[in-house]
Amino acid sequence: MICSQTLQLLHFMRFWKYSTPQNFYPAAKKIAAVFFVLAICFGIPGLYVGFFVAPTDHQQGEAYRIIFIHVPAAWMSMFIYVVMAFWAAVGLILNTRLSSMLAQALAPTGALMTFLALWTGAFWGRPTWGTWWVWDARLTSELVLLFLYVGFMALRASIEDPRRADKASAILAIVGVVNVPIIYFSVKWWNTLHQGASVSLTKAPSMASDMLLGMLLMALSFWMYSIAVSMLRVRKIIRDRERNSGWLNN
Amino acid sequence: MRSRSVFLAVLLREFKISLTQKTDIATIFFFFLIVASLFPFAVGPDIGSLRAVGPGVVWVAALLSSLLALHRMFESDFIDGSLEQFLLSGEPLVLVVVSKIFAHWLITTLPIVILSPFVGMQFGLSAEASWTMALTLLIGTPVLSLLGSVGAALTLGVRSGAALTALLILPLYIPVLIFGVGGTVASLQGMETIGHFSILLAFLCLSLALCPLATSAAVKIALE
Repeated sequence: MICSQTLQLLHFMRFWKYSTPQNFYPAAKKIAAVFFVLAICFGIPGLYVGFFVAPTDHQQGEAYRIIFIHVPAAWMSMFIYVVMAFWAAVGLILNTRLSSMLAQALAPTGALMTFLALWTGAFWGRPTWGTWWVWDARLTSELVLLFLYVGFMALRASIEDPRRADKASAILAIVGVVNVPIIYFSVKWWNTLHQGASVSLTKAPSMASDMLLGMLLMALSFWMYSIAVSMLRVRKIIRDRERNSGWLNN
Repeated sequence: MRSRSVFLAVLLREFKISLTQKTDIATIFFFFLIVASLFPFAVGPDIGSLRAVGPGVVWVAALLSSLLALHRMFESDFIDGSLEQFLLSGEPLVLVVVSKIFAHWLITTLPIVILSPFVGMQFGLSAEASWTMALTLLIGTPVLSLLGSVGAALTLGVRSGAALTALLILPLYIPVLIFGVGGTVASLQGMETIGHFSILLAFLCLSLALCPLATSAAVKIALE
């Protein structure tokens, strides 16, 4: 009993060792390498399944294949916002610099995913609905999410002192995360009121299992890529912020 | 008793200050009128199309005026050091913040709410729809001030603060805008509006409970 507790404690302390930028900096490089490899390992079969195995959709033809990018990007865009807000909040509450740096590193990837989801959504919409853009609940919420990411990054960028920027942007991220569901349901309600202008997307047709497999593989690949690229970005942030602290140059 | 006297003292102070800045407040008031008056030029004087966009136009004009006024909330107190004195006074900062937000709403936004039914009539809304719109604004604009206070506090002493505040806060205004305009449109079509008012009141309760906490935390960060 005591032994297992000690082990747990040791495990705990080893984990916390990485909460300082100094120890995390070399570890992030290894994590990035592992997750880049994983991203490729999931991405290549995912693309293969998406392009060659998954059947042609009988309603949408080949155009539907954009969903192998579109859906994973949309999933990641929402997930990353929550993770970003979580790390920002941890940074604010526990006053740990690395947590805030992680939040800062996640924001551009999240914004990129949001942009990708919107862009590929337009590409999908043109052949299937005959229009680049509809004020559909999901598209509109995704657009608002892009604004929230841009706001987070703009606030960070305009505050000189990085610690103050950490805290201020953390408050914004928390306010944002509380508001995202409210915005989503408001927009959804608003959209159903104005049914005439939009196309109903909620009735998803039953999906072939190959399509689902391709989508899951691509989602995993996007996930791994997001982790890897955030790790590289954390390293850059650490280099920027700790350039005067000495340990980097040794 | 004590907390009430703090609240009232800050409120009184805000009113005294605003008496010395009458033109600032008049500017915001006329900004609302001018923005609303631009739309007939943009969409044409046809009363049918004006009626269709009217509730949205008045709401967006009110929303932009509220946004324009946000910098008044904390900035001058931040620059002249009064905000720091509030913090040092030992009184709960949340209380000071709530009082300042309330004063801000009373001084800059309430006149707009009172004027709004007349602007609504200019857009061809029925009297009933105009009054409903004023009522949605009466409940909705305090939510805008509460949400806006977070943005105003976060951007204290920051480069290009006003534009940044707009970027941070406008996405959060969307739900209030949806239900504010929705209630007015429902009244215009002779439908039940109680649902819209319930949701607007829920937004008011939620933002009243949470926004002052976020704002006072942001003020503390700015003063560090």
